[in-house]
Amino acid sequence: MHRLFQFKGGVVLKEHKKDSTALPVQPAKLPPTLTLPLKQHIGVAAEPVVAVGDEVLKGQLIARAGDTLSAPLHAPSSGAVIAIADQPIPHPSGLSAPCIVIETDGEERWRPRQRSVFNFAELSAQELREIIRDAGIVGLGGAGFPAAVKLDPRGHEVELLILNGAECEPYITCDEMLLREHALEVLAGLLMMRHALNAQRCIIAVENNKPKAFRALHEEIQNTGANVELVEVPTIYPTGSEKQLIQVLTGKEVPTGGLPIDIGMVCHNVGTAYAVYRAVEFDEPLISRYVTVAGSVAHARNLKVLFGTPLGNLIEECGGNRRTLRRVIVGGPMMGTAMHSDTVPVVKTTNCVLVESVMHDVPLPSRDEYAMPCIRCGNCAHACPVNLLPQQLYWYARARDFDKIQDYNLFDCIECGCCDYVCPSQIPLVGYYRYAKSEIWNQDAEKRQADLARERHQFREFRLEREKKERAERHKKKRSAVSKAGGDDKKAAIEAAMARVRAKKAEQDSAPKNTDNLTPAQQRQVDEADRRRREENPATSPRDNKAENTQDRPQ
Amino acid sequence: MTLQTPPPPHIHSGLRISHIMLQVIAALIPAIICYTWFFGWGLIINTLLAVLVALASEALMLKLRQRPLRPFLGDGSAVLTAMLLAFCIPPLAPWWITVLGVAFALIVGKHLYGGLGYNPFNPAMVGYVMLLISFPLEMTSWMPPFILEQLEIGFVDTLGMIFLNHFPYGLSIDALSSATPLDAMKTDLGLNKTVSEIMESNALFGDFAGTGWEWVGNWLLLGGVYLIYKRVISWHIPLAIIGTLFVIGSFFFLMDPDTYPSPLFHIFGGATILAAFFIATDPVSASTTPRGRIVYGIGIGIIIYVIRAWGGYPDAVAFAVLLMNMAAPTIDYYTQPRVYGHARGKD
Ligand code: SF4
Ligand code: SF4
Repeated sequence: MHRLFQFKGGVVLKEHKKDSTALPVQPAKLPPTLTLPLKQHIGVAAEPVVAVGDEVLKGQLIARAGDTLSAPLHAPSSGAVIAIADQPIPHPSGLSAPCIVIETDGEERWRPRQRSVFNFAELSAQELREIIRDAGIVGLGGAGFPAAVKLDPRGHEVELLILNGAECEPYITCDEMLLREHALEVLAGLLMMRHALNAQRCIIAVENNKPKAFRALHEEIQNTGANVELVEVPTIYPTGSEKQLIQVLTGKEVPTGGLPIDIGMVCHNVGTAYAVYRAVEFDEPLISRYVTVAGSVAHARNLKVLFGTPLGNLIEECGGNRRTLRRVIVGGPMMGTAMHSDTVPVVKTTNCVLVESVMHDVPLPSRDEYAMPCIRCGNCAHACPVNLLPQQLYWYARARDFDKIQDYNLFDCIECGCCDYVCPSQIPLVGYYRYAKSEIWNQDAEKRQADLARERHQFREFRLEREKKERAERHKKKRSAVSKAGGDDKKAAIEAAMARVRAKKAEQDSAPKNTDNLTPAQQRQVDEADRRRREENPATSPRDNKAENTQDRPQ
Repeated sequence: MTLQTPPPPHIHSGLRISHIMLQVIAALIPAIICYTWFFGWGLIINTLLAVLVALASEALMLKLRQRPLRPFLGDGSAVLTAMLLAFCIPPLAPWWITVLGVAFALIVGKHLYGGLGYNPFNPAMVGYVMLLISFPLEMTSWMPPFILEQLEIGFVDTLGMIFLNHFPYGLSIDALSSATPLDAMKTDLGLNKTVSEIMESNALFGDFAGTGWEWVGNWLLLGGVYLIYKRVISWHIPLAIIGTLFVIGSFFFLMDPDTYPSPLFHIFGGATILAAFFIATDPVSASTTPRGRIVYGIGIGIIIYVIRAWGGYPDAVAFAVLLMNMAAPTIDYYTQPRVYGHARGKD
């Protein structure tokens, strides 16, 4: 039996998990359009490699990773790109951000497989990471951190790889259903992750309220004889939070401001393991995921949803009424985000769509409208799994005392909401913490800009000073020296010619790699699209822009 | 249809301030019944009067400060303040004592400091100390247990005594009243009697503290334990106060049992239990960190003992609480818990 530890505080919540686990998972209906935000992950937004009007195949790359800390995007279904523009995204602000919109053709034509090695044991850790990165896999537990980056030990010894199947938020059951239906694949994905990290030990942690998932995993571990520990952890919110789970399993704490890898641990979500398996074994990029639809719907259940599907479609598919919606929450009731509109799409990190209608058929007991003053009862501190003093944080957030609030370790707050949940004054505490954090970030950004402005100013002074000197210098020379103007002109002409040659070469080199293995017919389509794009709007076509940008960046 | 977009979490336990206050009030009720059993109807009459005055004062101040009436009047905090203060007023004190004390507690002790959540001092104790200093005679006219029952003085008679200063059988408050056990102990110790002599000679004293008072203390203790069990209050403050009194009391008792009463006398005498479970635990004015609450409780315990043993007032609970109220913010600052992921032993 694995020895377990406790984290401080936490709350016991009503689970509400039974409703959505009764029906088997089925694919959601294909919507007429899919809207794919370019940033569905932590890091830099992806950069489109298609243009409006392009035909895309299912699984085809449509936006490449913008940076190391980024993730590419793939077309979830076949169809045509009808827009690359700002669209509402699932974000608390309700703002819009750049998205690629695909009109689906309903044919679900896959792009051909691009790789021939499907046995991961033959791959090096680096190759494995490349596959995972190219498949656009990010942490599916909610944070959306690019998985390949988190699978790179970067010189650390990885003592323990934890696969997180705790799923501690009420209502959400997508991980549970995944484990029940695909335990073997998850296990295989875990072994691939272990290979990439060269981890010594593996633990799969499941909360003890999912006996079926546990049994499924247990059987597969027995059958395969995989050297993986399966641990049942107590059902206390927020056990599924990375830091708390590490504490429960090992008794160790992740140092403040640090990452689990600093203490030799890496934590991944079970859904991520499944995606890794699909990518490695079937060359399938991440284009869909399990999503729980729960709350005020007739048939709460899990659906396999293509990214870009509007939330409203899922709500309707599960028998919800879009006209009586009161709250649409993406994520769980504790940490999820209430959406401004139900037209926003499912993205890589969407694990649950929780619906409340004005009919109140599903009780999501919310706070009172009117918050009472804090009575310093300390309930919040007692519930805080990080051992903060939420009442003090609240006090200083209200007072806008952003120095003091950092003294009280605001940035260690994981926004789990336990404090808020137990507060008898019904104060929206997490709202205050988010506000304080964003204010501090803004102030920092402003300060950085001010610093930058000052630096620029100083540099300008310096430059003017230097130019003045140079001018004086030149005057002196001019008077004494012979003109070399003719020679200079000739040199400039040669340089311009060489630049043109280089540019042409670069364009050829940067011909899209994802079209290498195309059939002649597809190649024709692509060429056709390219030509059309060049004719239509040479300046604003993103890929052409990109080609221009890469000209003077040798590869 | 516009969707609501409140910040997370989207569920709440449903806990309200009124739930907390109601539980504390409920935990007080057995002790109030017991008190009435020993000392007559006075406490119940005073309590009802105090609650009325408290609600009226609260409503007045909320109106003046332009705050919504409903949530605040319904939160139960004013009622609780009134009940606690009534508990500390002698049962036959004239009505205006209660009215003045409660109004002062609510208006000055609570609302002038900013109302619920902002008052640095425990309002009930602010009212009590004001009364004790301004009306020492009325505030120390306690009664021996069962005296009213022996004289067959009922509810209506008690009403007359409190509101009309009308005493039956040609009695007066002086004739009825007597010192509390703590008073008697203090006075007699001043006369160089030993503790055991005092306890044997005076019918005021029971098995280990005062007759009647012991039982009230027991019921308060039970109520307090219930509150801890229900997690309405945390154990830190009561345990620290009682533990401190026990340790210091034992120390002096063992050194010189003739001059220093037993620790149990200190714990069950006077308002110790009431203070430990019901007054010092008022969250607004107490320390809010777990370790801070222990420091805060120890401080109260020490001050209670020092004033009782060597100070000028027989009981010191109110002063002890108010003094430590002042220290609470500082204590909180220095007793922040170690945050997850921070080095141990740093703070
Ligand atoms: S739980 Fe609410 S009322 Fe109690 S101390 Fe915390 S913030 Fe204040
Ligand atoms: S939201 Fe922050 S302060 Fe509140 S309980 Fe969670 S970690 Fe603690």
